[in-house]
Amino acid sequence: MSAWKIFIRGLWEDVPLFRLVLGLCPALAVTTSLRNGLGMGLATASVLLGSNFVVSLVRKAIPAKIRIPSFIVVIASFVTIVDLVMHGFTPELHKALGIFIPLIVVNCLILGRAEAFASKNSLGRSLLDAAGMGLGFILALCILGSVREILGSGTIGGFVLTPESYRPVLLLILPPGGFIVYGLLIAWFNLLDSERGGR
Amino acid sequence: MNFDSLFVIVISTIFINNFVLSRFLGLCPFLGVSRNLNSAFGMGMAVIFVMTIASFVTWPIYQLILVPYGITYLRTIVFILVIASLVQFVEMVMNKTAPALYQALGIFLPLITTNCAILGVAVLNIEDELTLIESLVQGLSAGIGFTLALVLMAGIRERLELGQVPESLRGVPIALVCAGLMSIAFLGFAGFSIK
Repeated sequence: MSAWKIFIRGLWEDVPLFRLVLGLCPALAVTTSLRNGLGMGLATASVLLGSNFVVSLVRKAIPAKIRIPSFIVVIASFVTIVDLVMHGFTPELHKALGIFIPLIVVNCLILGRAEAFASKNSLGRSLLDAAGMGLGFILALCILGSVREILGSGTIGGFVLTPESYRPVLLLILPPGGFIVYGLLIAWFNLLDSERGGR
Repeated sequence: MNFDSLFVIVISTIFINNFVLSRFLGLCPFLGVSRNLNSAFGMGMAVIFVMTIASFVTWPIYQLILVPYGITYLRTIVFILVIASLVQFVEMVMNKTAPALYQALGIFLPLITTNCAILGVAVLNIEDELTLIESLVQGLSAGIGFTLALVLMAGIRERLELGQVPESLRGVPIALVCAGLMSIAFLGFAGFSIK
């Protein structure tokens, strides 16, 4: 597989959220606005980069039997770093994301990439994979966050977008809206795919 | 011991703040194991078991080890390790005592480790500043709430298999839309105020 293909795969062919359906919980819980979605995406992507980097470095030193616990320790360390950094520099965002920052540890996307890719590939390729997947995850969270924020509160990134007469669909920023918007977005991706394939 | 506060925790964790439908915790197994009622039930039982023990074990570790030594920032790492070993233990016990169930859950049992609901309940117990007994009750009722949502979802999905769903919505997307509708139903409980 060429380097370019590894990178671009995360952005279209295997978008983590829409194709692989991995990393759901934070994706639905915090995407009530574009800002939160972006923050969560960046935090997750940096943990992914770090963990793919370390896992790929030590892949030959770790015995196969204890590889999963070792990967989890690596991931948890990076999550702790991100948690402390966010607490120090972006306290507001840290508060908004709340419990979902420590929960990045159990985002199946990160463990999935460590196990399926970084533990078998060279350093450069693992980093490319993490960059592609991370960007794909950020993009997907931004799409989800934007849709929910625009329709659910009539703003985007905090700017008022809709005329005053527009009554926001409050439901979309409540939990049910997350499920429904996400389901319809996956369906839309499937539709795009079947149309491209049919041509 | 204040039984009222325990009762409030039970009701609010199962219904008002259902872990799956309003807190968005444990979605991967929620979608992965909800195709069939039997495996949904088995998974639910495993989660109840692990969650209760995890709440019971992580609380003393945090309060008696991490807090006195001032190393609370290690919480995430310590909790995930404790939970991972617990899951391994449950897996071994289940393999010996209930091989059929073990076969049915197959790939998903190891995935309990990465079930964010379990780490979630451990972290929430600390952040809500609960006592040990309250944590235990919250762990148990979070598991029950998870199982309730999972089993309901499995019932719906068994019917969905027979329905005529547009092709692009088949599988996960329609399951998510159904989960959204269930979540609306559970929003109704938010009107309860227990004082």
